Amino acid sequence: MVKMLEAEELAKDITETPSLLNGKGPDREWMDTPAEFRDGNWAYSAKTKAIESLKMPYARDWSPGDEDWKLPENWKEIISEGFRERLDKFRSFKVFMDICVRCGACADKCHFFLGSGDPKNMPVLRAELLRSVYRNDFTLAGKLLKKFAGARPLTMEVVKEWFLYFFQCTECRRCSVYCPYGIDTAEITMMARELLNLVGININWIMDPAANCNRTGNHLGIEPHTFKTVVESLCEDIEDVTGITINPSFNRKGAEILFITPSGDVFADPGVYTMMGYIMLFEHIGLDYTLSTYASEGGNFGLFNSNELMKKLNAKMYHEAERLGVKWILGGECGHMWRVINQYMDTMNGPTPSYMEDPVSPITGTKFENAVSTKMVHIMEFTADLIKHNKLKLDKSRNDHVRATFHDSCNPSRAMGMLDEPRYVLNNVLNNFFEMPDNTIREQTFCCGAGSGLNTEEIMDVRMRGALPRATALNHVVEKHDVNMLSCVCAIDRATLLALTQYWAPDVEVSGVTELVANALIMEGENEVRDCDLREEPYLGVED
Amino acid sequence: MELVDWLSQKKQDIVREWIRVTMEAYPVEALNVLKRSDNQFANPLSHIISTNIALLFDDLLLGVDPERTTPILTELVKVRAVQDFKPSEALQFIIDLKKILFSMKDETVEGGESMPLEQLRKMEEEIDTLAMLGFDIYMKCREKLYEIRANEIRNQTHMLIRRVNEMDKQKEAR
Amino acid sequence: MKIINPLIIVLVLVALAYFGVKAGLTALFGVVIPYIAIVIFLLGFIYKVIGWAKSPVPFRIPTTCGQEKSLPWIKQNKLDNPSSTLGVVIRMALEIFLFRSLFRNTKAEVYEGAKLKYGSNKWLWLGGIVFHWSFLIILVRHSRLFLEPIPGFITFLEKADSFMQVGVPLFYMTDAGILAAVTYLFLRRVVEPQIKYLSMPADYFPLYLILSIAITGVLMRYFIRVDVVNIKALARGLVTFQPTIPDGIGVLFYIHLFLVSVLAIYFPFSKLMHLGGVFLSPTRNLANNNRAVRHINPWNPDIKIRTYEEYEDEFREHMKKVGLPVDKE
Repeated sequence: MVKMLEAEELAKDITETPSLLNGKGPDREWMDTPAEFRDGNWAYSAKTKAIESLKMPYARDWSPGDEDWKLPENWKEIISEGFRERLDKFRSFKVFMDICVRCGACADKCHFFLGSGDPKNMPVLRAELLRSVYRNDFTLAGKLLKKFAGARPLTMEVVKEWFLYFFQCTECRRCSVYCPYGIDTAEITMMARELLNLVGININWIMDPAANCNRTGNHLGIEPHTFKTVVESLCEDIEDVTGITINPSFNRKGAEILFITPSGDVFADPGVYTMMGYIMLFEHIGLDYTLSTYASEGGNFGLFNSNELMKKLNAKMYHEAERLGVKWILGGECGHMWRVINQYMDTMNGPTPSYMEDPVSPITGTKFENAVSTKMVHIMEFTADLIKHNKLKLDKSRNDHVRATFHDSCNPSRAMGMLDEPRYVLNNVLNNFFEMPDNTIREQTFCCGAGSGLNTEEIMDVRMRGALPRATALNHVVEKHDVNMLSCVCAIDRATLLALTQYWAPDVEVSGVTELVANALIMEGENEVRDCDLREEPYLGVED
Repeated sequence: MELVDWLSQKKQDIVREWIRVTMEAYPVEALNVLKRSDNQFANPLSHIISTNIALLFDDLLLGVDPERTTPILTELVKVRAVQDFKPSEALQFIIDLKKILFSMKDETVEGGESMPLEQLRKMEEEIDTLAMLGFDIYMKCREKLYEIRANEIRNQTHMLIRRVNEMDKQKEAR
Repeated sequence: MKIINPLIIVLVLVALAYFGVKAGLTALFGVVIPYIAIVIFLLGFIYKVIGWAKSPVPFRIPTTCGQEKSLPWIKQNKLDNPSSTLGVVIRMALEIFLFRSLFRNTKAEVYEGAKLKYGSNKWLWLGGIVFHWSFLIILVRHSRLFLEPIPGFITFLEKADSFMQVGVPLFYMTDAGILAAVTYLFLRRVVEPQIKYLSMPADYFPLYLILSIAITGVLMRYFIRVDVVNIKALARGLVTFQPTIPDGIGVLFYIHLFLVSVLAIYFPFSKLMHLGGVFLSPTRNLANNNRAVRHINPWNPDIKIRTYEEYEDEFREHMKKVGLPVDKE
């Protein structure tokens, strides 16, 4: 302990002692420092097949590591015209291009910056990458005063820099919380990615899943029959653990509720345990619901590419709700999915099919007033309401082997504000819940480091840097409270946080909240002795 | 005077310099933001570096012991291993300690004693051992990253792999 | 370079006014340029705001910084995640008058052994708020030069601003405030390497300009007295469109007025437009009630989607095999 205090003293000392320059830092202005492409700092380019299947422009074989990106000859005009078009279509974009005063409040709020120390990861500079071109092409001051006004012409180097840094932003919106004008880098990144997409610059881990979602309904491209058998084998697992046989319905017309969750929950470990959790929960309360194989992806990879693609993929939800004639839609645990549902869906694809009804919980009678137009309710809102009305039989002690903390996912916290519902649920299904430090949770939460389509393995180094701030906060509660479970309400998190914990906090597992709910559920007709959780880990006090 | 005693007395200065040199691997303007906040959660990088460098130095005075030293050194190398550094750059900070010690050789401590230079070679050896240990850790970190990448692909398709396996089994049974 | 050049420009401007007035161009600097400046400022400002307003707000994208409105028994954070227009107005007011988001940075944090830690960004908030409020109050105080009789609230404002009652003439707190704040805002762009790195000439220029305006103003008020009666005559002449150039106004005043004119001309073309833009920021000025009230996108594009029909056509046989219901046999 004495040692620690000394170390802290020194840490303090370091903050106060001015440092000498050793010449290693760039003396050059950021505009004169070109982006460097190194293996592991860029994501693979989209494959021709995915681009063609989505009927997107300029499908071709190329790699960001190549010198020549094989852009169409008139790429400059295309980008410039696209820029103008977007300025005219998005007030957010236009205003954000104009009003930044470079106060620097956002500088140290980005997880990528904090983990890498790369100044172009400061949100203000990330935005300047685009702003500099905006000034040059669209403002009088920029045209007249050039560099004095912070303008620079669009060149191939600039495009490459855009690619590197706008695919090093997870659209998490943390910087936007601290900006005095609410400038949202997510918005700027979305515009930049749309511009890049216009000339056929996109990454495979976004375009391939998007193409799959479009064709088969889910990001892996699993066809309907396999989707069904996979869910059924999860039901067999439920039977193994609980002794209860459950047969969820698929594509059933006349169901009261359509349930949509990210397909990661159906296919990926550990998401599958959350999927099992939903199925058990719905069985427990006798919900009249159905799953769809056509709209089997809640997550929206279009969000990471362009508003058009977002709309195209999201449209399937209402389309399917209409065909099946459901009253309303219940949505599973997913971050970006809920950004789309909460902020885009109704606008893009509404108004809802006419015979859909205001969402009312058939179990408690609660009307979800906050979702009367979209008619889509979050599983955490739904479950919190169930618990509040005492509709779930829960045995908290079944989760006594779990010492959990909760990771607020970027979108549910900063594009929705769903902060207390999951906490209420967690506190009702387990005894050991611990919060990470204040400035790393709720609206100040740190990203997992791989949101917005960056959860691809070839950029693992970048991701691990971005994950450092989250990991540090996690390790704090690991040391202090022996936390062994990082729970969250996001399918991307369930995949990416696992990489995070494996590297930074090896003894911590990752789970969805509904998985923990299901662990605690006392199901009717369950095995007399239910001795293990959904992962077939024995409950505390049960001999192995 | 024993070198270890001399180093113990000079500890504050040496460690401060060691931290400074280590942090200078980062672009300088970034460095200052990183230095700005001393909250370990708002700014984990500087906290990890300064805390563990200090611990590492204490450890070094006791003599490098893989079992005891590895956890501390791991904290540092783990971070460096995922930041845009070449392996040699990532571990440079260990070797830098030698330079720091040599640069201080003429300084005196309380009682006017200067560094017992003849013992410095022993210390150099310790630092070399530390560098070797750092190399092992670095490799482990990189291997871990590849393992995580492989795991991730497997996890993403967890149910499909299972399904294929089940189908294989069924085929065999038939 | 990027720090020095803007300073040189401001000094050249000062020299321009000095030698211009000395050469007898008082009408140019006292009447013509101020008129041009105010016209450019107004037209430019309006043009810019209309430009922003012409772009629609296709999506409702507030940054939510607190608990949403959901179930009735969960306490909503109405300030940081408003769901009604009133809530938005309050959120915007807190943002515009108190710089709430900047203040968020400054929360004192307690950790490890109950040590209090303050982020240095508290200073940014303080510097920002002192600067903006001082600027506004000084601007309003100046209206005494244009109005006859002087409205009561201006006299009141002057009293409040000078309640410290130091010396004669009365010392205005805002004068000290603006000098200190601008100096701070300037210094942090020079001293803090990361702020220096991301700063551009266009960040230093307005700071030099405003600092020069403040210095010339303070000089006139406290050190080198100028003929206020004549200045008021000139100002009244400008607002009543009967411009006159009274004699005996010191050159310092013309420099002051010229720099203000330059600021006004520069304003609409620069980042200073954040004054207007802050009101239009879609992440702050919209309610988070998307799921309850549909937001309309005027250009909502028609997108061809992959319909269920197409999907079933492709997979029908497979679907039938595993017992999935199909629409067409």
